[in-house]
Amino acid sequence: MAAPPPADEPGRLARYGVGGIFLLPAVVILGVWILYPTVYTLIRSFFSASGSQWVWLDNYKTLFTTSALLTAIKNNVIWVLVVPAFVTSIGLVFAVLTERVPFAVAFKTAVFLPMAISAFATGITWRIMYLQDPSQGAVNALGRVAVDAVKSPGVLPDASPSTPTLTGSPATGLVLKTPLHAGGVARLGLTAIAPTDVPKTSKQAVAPVAKPGEIVGVVWRDFKPGGGVAGKVEQGELGLPGVTVQLRSGGKTVQSTSSNADGTFAFTNVKPGTYQSAIGASTFNKPWGGFAWLGTKLITPALLIAYIWIWAGFAMVVISAGLAAMPRDVLEAARTDGGTEWQVFRRVTIPLLWPVLTVVLVTMFINVLKVFDLVITLAPGSSQNAANVIALAMWRTSFGGANDFGVGSAIAVFLFLLVVPILALNIRNFKRDAI
Amino acid sequence: MAAVATPTVTPAAPRSQRDSASGKVLRALRRAPVQLLVTVIGLLWLIPTLGLFLTSLLPAQAFTVKGWWQIFSKPSLTTFANYRAVFDNHAIMHSLWTTVEIAVGNTLLVVVIGSLAGYALAWLEFPGRDWIFIGVIGLMVVPLQMALIPMFSLYNHLSLYDTVFGIILFHTAFGLPFAIFLLRNFFVGIPRDIFESARIDGASELRIFIRLVLPLGLPAIASLGIFQFLWTWNDLIVALTFGQNVQPITVAIFSNLRQFGANIDLIAPASFISLIVPLAVFFAFQRYFVQGLLAGSVK
Repeated sequence: MAAPPPADEPGRLARYGVGGIFLLPAVVILGVWILYPTVYTLIRSFFSASGSQWVWLDNYKTLFTTSALLTAIKNNVIWVLVVPAFVTSIGLVFAVLTERVPFAVAFKTAVFLPMAISAFATGITWRIMYLQDPSQGAVNALGRVAVDAVKSPGVLPDASPSTPTLTGSPATGLVLKTPLHAGGVARLGLTAIAPTDVPKTSKQAVAPVAKPGEIVGVVWRDFKPGGGVAGKVEQGELGLPGVTVQLRSGGKTVQSTSSNADGTFAFTNVKPGTYQSAIGASTFNKPWGGFAWLGTKLITPALLIAYIWIWAGFAMVVISAGLAAMPRDVLEAARTDGGTEWQVFRRVTIPLLWPVLTVVLVTMFINVLKVFDLVITLAPGSSQNAANVIALAMWRTSFGGANDFGVGSAIAVFLFLLVVPILALNIRNFKRDAI
Repeated sequence: MAAVATPTVTPAAPRSQRDSASGKVLRALRRAPVQLLVTVIGLLWLIPTLGLFLTSLLPAQAFTVKGWWQIFSKPSLTTFANYRAVFDNHAIMHSLWTTVEIAVGNTLLVVVIGSLAGYALAWLEFPGRDWIFIGVIGLMVVPLQMALIPMFSLYNHLSLYDTVFGIILFHTAFGLPFAIFLLRNFFVGIPRDIFESARIDGASELRIFIRLVLPLGLPAIASLGIFQFLWTWNDLIVALTFGQNVQPITVAIFSNLRQFGANIDLIAPASFISLIVPLAVFFAFQRYFVQGLLAGSVK
């Protein structure tokens, strides 16, 4: 490097030279890795896939007419509409809430944690959360708790009649065709029940003994190792407890009971007439199978939730800093003037915070346009067309097999054009601050 | 964390100055729902990460039956065999080392080149200085997708494709605009007198840079370094595009995702190893992390 010029009479050129040398590495790298490619991509977007032919706007036409690419644009619109608004509001709520608890630091750390984790690892993390089987995926496990509270799963989700005398379907209940009268006996044999599905309290099934004035019966697993005779209660066959058994007359249920550990049940005080015995449909309620979060229909909402999970901490921290910097006396004055907490929040806090909220909204807008890692990781291959976003479409078109650098460049340019307004905003802010 | 960066102001409650015992109880009761809510949300936010960790401790066949929470009812299932397998897996371990090379190399390059440029744009005189800075601000928002295709072609010519160095340089380029922006703005805040008196004492600009600018700019440089480290450590798209045999850990795990269920005993522990380093960095330096975040966004 050139010898330093004496400070009292600075050689102008030498000083320029020092500045130039300090700046040189950055200028070279930015020039080769950002400026040159930007111009190249712009021009490349007017050439064919192989690059040999000038195709005018054909690549852009492809971008706006291919349904797969339109899906990407449509999805990105959803992202832009949902994420900045949600992240900012959640961040605001969290920032306000943390001002009221003594363990704010612990809470902030917990919520901010995902920011340090890669979008890639987040994708894997949520893929585990979103597994469809409620016994594997935590999100659906929570869902099952809610669903079971409304519609409890039956004792025997999988079972079928052991003899043709039992008809109907699990959805409506299984009905014994044989008409019954007081003093009759109903044998409700079921099979196709996995040993693990047999209720734990189950005991050896007992053949019912007819009683006058009652209709008695048994509901049992009409199967034992080695087979057994269908329709006959045998040694080694288990009673099915907890099964809802109904006594129907003219299609209407007149009595209902639950079977005992040995499978027996009894309807007492049976009036004269013809009855039918049935196993209630609720016995066969299938347990809730869970939502297919990673399937083509729900993949975008699933991605949005995971993405908001990552970025809420960012919004919270930035807004917290804004809150901390707020003039407290203004808030106090508003409270002293008799404003309720909500009024103070709406009329004073939010307007004062607005610049900070805008920063979060704009930052999230840019981030959301570039979202890539999370989508390619969280969405399984079969859902990636449905989950597509612009940045992912650009990559898949260019490097994911099709290798169409023409359309790929056009998508990149489209993405670039979307962030240009932000670029203008940044520069205007700088000029305003500098002058 | 944020308590350091942003002094938490306890909400004053001037209207309830009377600190009678019953008043205290009442206030505590009124706050209880909020505290409960905040606790629940905080725990909720931790669940996914906890889930990944517990999954990584389960034998693969246990996971196919039931989710990670079974470890609470059957703690005996806990095994470190998955981790042992990952540590014995040369490909994964090698990719972890590649990640270290990329992240450290990029962080050093960005810090050095960025502070040189930041200092020049803040305190050295030359024509067009502000215009160059405006240009740098403009480059901050250019999506890296704009550079993927041209650099892919260029890298093939320059033999930079599938090299650690090529990946580092790409990261450096896209890290620099933010770096220069952050450091220039920080350096501008250093009092002019310090540089002036050093110059009068006959110190060269390089000496001023090393002896004054770097130490004084340390808070900003630390923030920047942490950001750069995390960004490159966590990267997927750049390495996926410019590497083939050179695979950082994200790409190495990514190639196993096709058989997610079958490879879960590899994916979960490897992912957790990949995120433990950023987490450690985050916890060790969260003050700088938050400061950098605020400097970058609140402007």
